[in-house]
Amino acid sequence: MSTLTIDTKDIHYTPLNQQIRKAVAEGVKEITLNNVLGQRFIGDGLRGDDVTITVNGVPGGDLAMFMSGPTIIVHGNADHAPGNTMDKGKVIIHGSAGDAVAHSMRGGRVYVRDNIGYRGGIHMKKYREKRPILVVGGSARAFLGESMAGGLIIVLGLGDTKPISEQGVGSGIHGGEIFVRGPVDKLYLGNGTKQAPVTEDERAMIRLIIEDFARSFGIDATPLLAADYTRIAAISARPFASKYTLE
Amino acid sequence: MSIGSTPLKFRVTIDPDRCMNCGRCIENCSYGVYRREADSIRINSRSCVACHRCLAFCPRDAIEIEEKPGDYRSHPVWTREIREAVFNQAKTGKIISGGMGNALPYPIIFDRLVLDACQVTNPSIDPLREPMELRTYIGKKPSSLSIRERPGMDTELLTKLSSNLQIETPIMIGHMSYGAISLPAQQAMARAVHRIGTFMGTGEGGLHQSLYPYQKNMIVQVASGRFGVDIDYLERGAAIEIKIGQGAKPGIGGHLPGEKVCADVACTRMIPEGSDAISPAPHHDIYSIEDLKQLVHGLKEATEWKKPVFVKIAAVHNSAAIAAGIARSGADAVVIDGFRGGTGSAPVVFRDHVGIPIEAAIASVDAKLRQQGIRHKVSIIASGGIRQSADVAKIICLGADAVYIGTSALVAMGCRVCGTCNRGVCAWGIATQKPELTKRLDPEANAVQVENLIHGWTLELAELMGAAGINSIESLRGNRDRLRGYMLDEGLLNVLDVKTVGA
Amino acid sequence: MCGIIGVIDRNRQLMDGGKIRDSLAMMDERGSGEGAGYVAYGIYPDYKDYYALHVFFDNIRENKAPLDNLLEKWGTIVHDEQIKTYEQPNIRKVHTPWRYFFRPDRSLMPKSTTPDEDIVTHLVMKVNAEKNGALIFSSGKNLGVFKAAGWPEDVANFYRIEDYKGYLWLAHNRYPTNTSGWWGGAHPFNLLNWSVVHNGEITSYGTNRKYIESYGYKCTMYTDTEVVAYLVDLLVRKHGLSEEMAVRALAPPFWAEIDRMPPKKQELNRAIRLTYGPALMNGPFAICVANENSLVGFTDRIKLRPLVSGESGDRLFISSEESAIRRIDPDVENITMPKAGEPVIGRLYS
Repeated sequence: MSTLTIDTKDIHYTPLNQQIRKAVAEGVKEITLNNVLGQRFIGDGLRGDDVTITVNGVPGGDLAMFMSGPTIIVHGNADHAPGNTMDKGKVIIHGSAGDAVAHSMRGGRVYVRDNIGYRGGIHMKKYREKRPILVVGGSARAFLGESMAGGLIIVLGLGDTKPISEQGVGSGIHGGEIFVRGPVDKLYLGNGTKQAPVTEDERAMIRLIIEDFARSFGIDATPLLAADYTRIAAISARPFASKYTLE
Repeated sequence: MSIGSTPLKFRVTIDPDRCMNCGRCIENCSYGVYRREADSIRINSRSCVACHRCLAFCPRDAIEIEEKPGDYRSHPVWTREIREAVFNQAKTGKIISGGMGNALPYPIIFDRLVLDACQVTNPSIDPLREPMELRTYIGKKPSSLSIRERPGMDTELLTKLSSNLQIETPIMIGHMSYGAISLPAQQAMARAVHRIGTFMGTGEGGLHQSLYPYQKNMIVQVASGRFGVDIDYLERGAAIEIKIGQGAKPGIGGHLPGEKVCADVACTRMIPEGSDAISPAPHHDIYSIEDLKQLVHGLKEATEWKKPVFVKIAAVHNSAAIAAGIARSGADAVVIDGFRGGTGSAPVVFRDHVGIPIEAAIASVDAKLRQQGIRHKVSIIASGGIRQSADVAKIICLGADAVYIGTSALVAMGCRVCGTCNRGVCAWGIATQKPELTKRLDPEANAVQVENLIHGWTLELAELMGAAGINSIESLRGNRDRLRGYMLDEGLLNVLDVKTVGA
Repeated sequence: MCGIIGVIDRNRQLMDGGKIRDSLAMMDERGSGEGAGYVAYGIYPDYKDYYALHVFFDNIRENKAPLDNLLEKWGTIVHDEQIKTYEQPNIRKVHTPWRYFFRPDRSLMPKSTTPDEDIVTHLVMKVNAEKNGALIFSSGKNLGVFKAAGWPEDVANFYRIEDYKGYLWLAHNRYPTNTSGWWGGAHPFNLLNWSVVHNGEITSYGTNRKYIESYGYKCTMYTDTEVVAYLVDLLVRKHGLSEEMAVRALAPPFWAEIDRMPPKKQELNRAIRLTYGPALMNGPFAICVANENSLVGFTDRIKLRPLVSGESGDRLFISSEESAIRRIDPDVENITMPKAGEPVIGRLYS
């Protein structure tokens, strides 16, 4: 299989992405980026279902934005909004990520081993067979899944902090679902949400995803599969329905 | 030579094809427009005030009320109103009195101020999804805090704060007394403010027993007539307001005519039944600013310094300096009542010609208090002419902490702004004490309407703040950067300290 | 947008400006080439007891003599000189930067408990409000701001920032929105020993400005960040609040949160909001504030701007982006994202 390694030190993102695109067009399937430091937009708009890009270092914001197909594995922390409006493919982050992770994501998966910042999964949406999935190994900050229109978020709380300890979870959610390992204090629930323990069907559904997540990071899935989860979802698909009166 | 008849103000007609002769118009009209003669309903249009009670209750939409069906020869100087005032006084030799607020078409500053919204450089905030804080505290604030922090110990607050009123929306209902309005009207508003978590004023008519359950949401008023004032009354209120003046009639007192002083009003006001209730123009224990301080302290001492004391003045030319004096009197809030403020009854010459608009008054009061470094000593409450949520947002940008609404709360209960509150026969049961009329109000149903109104405005206010990228009302307060003046002259822009649109 | 970075060595070890420049240049994407600046603490050990006034003159011949006269009226000019600059192709030298070391005559403010600071503050406000071709953009002791309109690396090279060695640095890469990129509008903003860099826009600026102006501060820089320096000066220096409490006032907890606190804590937080409501800063922001002893970073209450911190030995770093921190020190540890409204604070050991 054809591979490519790029030392990205002091390379601007545009020529870097050009190199990546060119390699993908030439049939390269494995690309390794070394010494990544702050380059934004890595994999932006990139197609190629069987392409894997390994990022060694700390990429800049909007990693895998509009990406449709490839897999990006980051060994380091990601910055703002990895998976922004991503369409298809996978982002696996061996570290933490910034705010607005998976913003408006339409499909594919984003796995973050550690923690994410504010407004993770904001406005994720599902349409037909496209269903975005965000899994967070550690914790998420306030406004997780805000305005969520579809898709799935799972927060596992594997770190030292509780998976959820800030306000506004699912605030304005009108589609999709959020699963959190363990109970969630209702103080942290946003407007228009309801929570319930998971059903057996739901447990079976998330099982496969959690197993895949654990495999990606070499974590033992057993305790995660045995744990209790809370499901947070929308009360209504029409949160604004009763807001207005006609002139 | 007799002046003779003047043209009709309104012409009432009933469409005979639509009318089913049910007589509801006759029952509902308290001004004597309709009477039954044989099988038909006869109309005396000259009595009509356009309160629309008949129209609202006609089951067939058969009634039409036409304004000024006939008019004088038009003239830009000698308007109809001017001519009729002359006729009136030529006939009577008296002062003309009227109800509601200022009826002259002065330009409305609110309508020449526009609000700001975020684009790109900062995000708007959706109040349905993220926190939006409209909670407001009315009262004196310290200028700084003394806090003791020691490692391993709880952080200690050393400064003692004055008591403040906590409101969940910066909208309160102003003082409309029992006497000026009916008991059911007060009851409806009391229920509404109680449920919303805001406050209303009792007016200077005392506090009726039936309102005791809502007293924690009532601000009791001490006016120049001291009606209904005793220690019990003072203790019941959440705050006490000293009324110096009123926007609809700055500089004069008032009187509630004896015919409105029914047994119930009499006992609430603590005066004999049927007697005129006369409020002198000044408080006769306040002839100077230091006397105001004396009264503020007297009230505070009586209530063991537990109650915030407000002072209400009419917006007049010098209100900024007056407010600065009030801020030094120990008062906790100053209420400024603009020249569009409503009234049960006022001489028209005062109602229409004395005082200044609330927008300019608040801007200058806020600026003066800041200039003197005493803005924290008092909250500023704006009243008189607040018609909609946008007005609330704009006046807060100009420096107010909160508003009092009056007329809009009455409109929420059905008032059509016919302006004849002074007649005492309000067909809507609001500005009247006639039992057959007051019973038309259902305190519960009207409470819901008033509550809805304040709720709707509060939602709109939250949206306006969110659009401006502000999630806490204290960041809107005095934030004149978020206003622009549209077609306002330079002098006024300077007073408002607002830039023009495009700048 | 804008990029910010702050670093403090808690053991007062000096760092030269070279790496700060490289780090800031990492975030060029966050700027527009219309403003950048640096502040370093500990750079004037020989004059550490005097106020180091950095001034932009429009014209030396016309504008310098009046300022000399004014300063001599209020104290002694111990030393003054042109700040060395080095021509850069992308920087148009519209001002001449100058430095004064100034000792105020405290007998001229007999009623003040802090006469030195009050005289210097008065001079800064007066000179900057008058706009007579002189702008005092740095006025602390043993510290200096270096800024101009341009890209971070160009501004750094213009001043040869690597020649300065400080134990605490702030740097800023500007993307101006409220005003065009003029030199005075570049960050850091400084008053006395306070310096501020800021990313975001303060939607409460009008309210904050009115509040601060009623205490005699004058906003003259046409930009929102200026108020932050004055607010911190007021709250910490004049009102005696700790940095933690000052940040609590500027970005307080929500009422819903306060309502759930135990009574004493609730009382304290309510008092802070009631008293300092007009100081509350709204809108998106990430801010680093420094004085001679500490570096504080914090964001707005709902975290609308990025901020990360990291540590390496005695050093605490705060920046908009982790990559900028790693540019200075690739081995930085404990990368964390401060909670909305909660400060990260680094203080000198002694």
